[in-house]
Amino acid sequence: MSEQTPVRRLNMIEAINDALDLCLANDPNVIVMGEDVGFFGGVFRATAGLQKKHGKTRVFDTPISECGIIGVAVGMGAYGLRPVPEIQFADYIYPGLDQLISEAARLRYRSAGEFIAPMTVRSPFGGGIFGGQTHSQSPEALFTHVSGIKTVIPSTPYDAKGLLIAAIEDNDPVIFFEPKRIYNGPFNGYYDKPVEPWARHPDSEVPEGRYTIPLGKARVVREGEALTVLVYGTMVHVVQAVLAEKGVDAEIIDLRTLVPLDIVTVEKSVQKTGRCLIVHEATRTSGFGAELSALVQERCFYHLEAPIERVTGFDTPYPHSLEWAYFPGPVRIGEAVDKLLKG
Amino acid sequence: MAEPEPFPPGTGGNLPPLTLHVPEPKYRPGDAVDYSDLSIPPAGQQPRPDETCAASDTNPLCTDLVRVLDDQHRAVGPWNPRLDPETLRRILRTMALTRAFDERMYRGQRQGKTSFYMKCTGEEATSVAAAFALHSDDMVFPSYRQQGILIARGYPLLEMINQIYSNRADKLKGRQLPIMYCSKEHSFFSISGNLATQLPQATGFAMASAIKGDTRIAASWVGEGSTAEGDFHSALTFAAVYNAPVIFNVVNNQWAISSFSGFAGSERTTFAARAIGYGIAGLRVDGNDALAVYAAEQWAANRARANLGPTLIEHFTYRAEGHSTSDDPGQYRSAHEREEWPLGDPINRLMCHLIALGEWSEEQHAAMDREQIDEVKAVTREAEKNGILGHGLHHPFATMFEDVFEELPWHLKEQSEQAIRERAIKWPEHPA
Repeated sequence: MSEQTPVRRLNMIEAINDALDLCLANDPNVIVMGEDVGFFGGVFRATAGLQKKHGKTRVFDTPISECGIIGVAVGMGAYGLRPVPEIQFADYIYPGLDQLISEAARLRYRSAGEFIAPMTVRSPFGGGIFGGQTHSQSPEALFTHVSGIKTVIPSTPYDAKGLLIAAIEDNDPVIFFEPKRIYNGPFNGYYDKPVEPWARHPDSEVPEGRYTIPLGKARVVREGEALTVLVYGTMVHVVQAVLAEKGVDAEIIDLRTLVPLDIVTVEKSVQKTGRCLIVHEATRTSGFGAELSALVQERCFYHLEAPIERVTGFDTPYPHSLEWAYFPGPVRIGEAVDKLLKG
Repeated sequence: MAEPEPFPPGTGGNLPPLTLHVPEPKYRPGDAVDYSDLSIPPAGQQPRPDETCAASDTNPLCTDLVRVLDDQHRAVGPWNPRLDPETLRRILRTMALTRAFDERMYRGQRQGKTSFYMKCTGEEATSVAAAFALHSDDMVFPSYRQQGILIARGYPLLEMINQIYSNRADKLKGRQLPIMYCSKEHSFFSISGNLATQLPQATGFAMASAIKGDTRIAASWVGEGSTAEGDFHSALTFAAVYNAPVIFNVVNNQWAISSFSGFAGSERTTFAARAIGYGIAGLRVDGNDALAVYAAEQWAANRARANLGPTLIEHFTYRAEGHSTSDDPGQYRSAHEREEWPLGDPINRLMCHLIALGEWSEEQHAAMDREQIDEVKAVTREAEKNGILGHGLHHPFATMFEDVFEELPWHLKEQSEQAIRERAIKWPEHPA
């Protein structure tokens, strides 16, 4: 990027909107569809203004049928389009799973490359917004378990734009989970304090025009020596705040893409620090943290100076009134850090 | 005076007990069959609305049965597509070749040359005659019993057998269950084993064509049993909402493995009648009448091409054989059903029509049968040179990891190396 590239301060929603706008403008095969995404611009406003700018056949509302949304996206991909369907909440994605898992993810393989499903399924995920159990889930591990799907989760406006453009341009199906708790500001887990707006965060500086962040590349948020934290989404900001408060010199790695995973960055860091903390908001059992923990154990065992620690949501549905008891916030993370550093 | 109860009393009292209705087919193994209550109108009696009609104008046809070939083997009525004798002979030959191919492949499976096969015996018209009514680049999204479309479009039998044998020449690299073909060149979408998923995909393809302002249309096939899937209803909703140029062919062959069509709702209404609820055009045709199938498919295709949206066609037919080589229909249905099926056999009916026209003879037909048996036998021998399932002539191990993603990620590279390492241990005589 040249030094002259104008930069604007955007929140996550604006950055995502910017990426969609750009892809729609640059590639006539890109189409955006989903429940309420057209005239209204989406319940989170991610598609605001896009229908007016790009027309009703490029950006349109769909019936309330996730199976249909993903299914028609497979057919559109077979035609040569590059659909970007929105699933209004990740919690609603399950009726579309057969089309995602058995169809989109397998199409290239089963047709020996004759047909592909170059779709990017955008969906807000995660809790912390008093959404109850049907508007708060983090189902990323369901998708990382499926061969043939890439799973991407941004944690900043800058990354959201660059990753979304890369996902849309990618020829494989991508699940693009947007941590809705940080749409408007980098929520740090201290739920009783006001959230800073993105405008005061350096990663809200979003260049105009096209740029991409390659899928499969993690970001070292902060270099450190005391321990490695493997984290993504909202929890990137929570971990940063907790470790700063505790004064721990942690190396924080925002994975950004879960599949394909940036194993090189993970190995390098854990082999340096010898301690590994894994943090995600999703439920614990068979969560993506389990995979990360196994990989670190398999590849970095002789460098480990303490057992790997996992901090996650509890294995219950996301409760409404007890949201902050469920959320893997500063107390749960702090305890794990103490344990890890004692070992 | 006591206050009246705000609501009627709940459970208990003297209410009659509820009962659950579990559908039961009329005939089980050994039962005599009586089709006299099956409503089969005479051929030629059904009106043919113009393709530009309002969708609702087709509502009566959703509970009727479009038929062209009558009991004297004549083509009659407004749905007669008036095909020239050469086209009729081509349809006949293609249906017969499909049957000959099925016979040989079925036998090959029994001889252990492959793991699985599915015949379409008795249903040849629903794919072959439909394919003849479509343009060669109309995109088809088949289910698993539409081999007749591929054969009609000239896909080489050799490639089909290579796929069925999963051998080293299989274009799908031995990845798919036998018969789950795919050929982009023949506008034939990759077949899925998960039922009805192809319907929203066909709708999406048709929507894409409309989005781009192109002229291609899509046609899909599904069995009556899997119209119960949510995908069927999503597909019809989307097609109706966006007026997508797509044809939904429901092949009602009466049986979904061992479940009769009642388990998909046939006790209450026809499958074509689903169209009424969605406000799209619907036709119900005699699926063993190649001319009726041709005419209905052509009607729907013309309508779609004229930007008048989707059509649902129910092809009323009978699955004359088992669901697949893994099935034994003698366990659950009466053999007399097939013997006495009142709509006859599609190949026989078209043959009789051509003979009645003076354009074909029993001798010609017998000679064709012999030629096709020889043709299929010769191609089978050719395919066997590329290997049969489980006899070592498969694609290289590394191909197992290709096409999961466009590029091979690190974890698949590692697993690929492992597979090749294991191979050297398991089969030292075939390294690499």
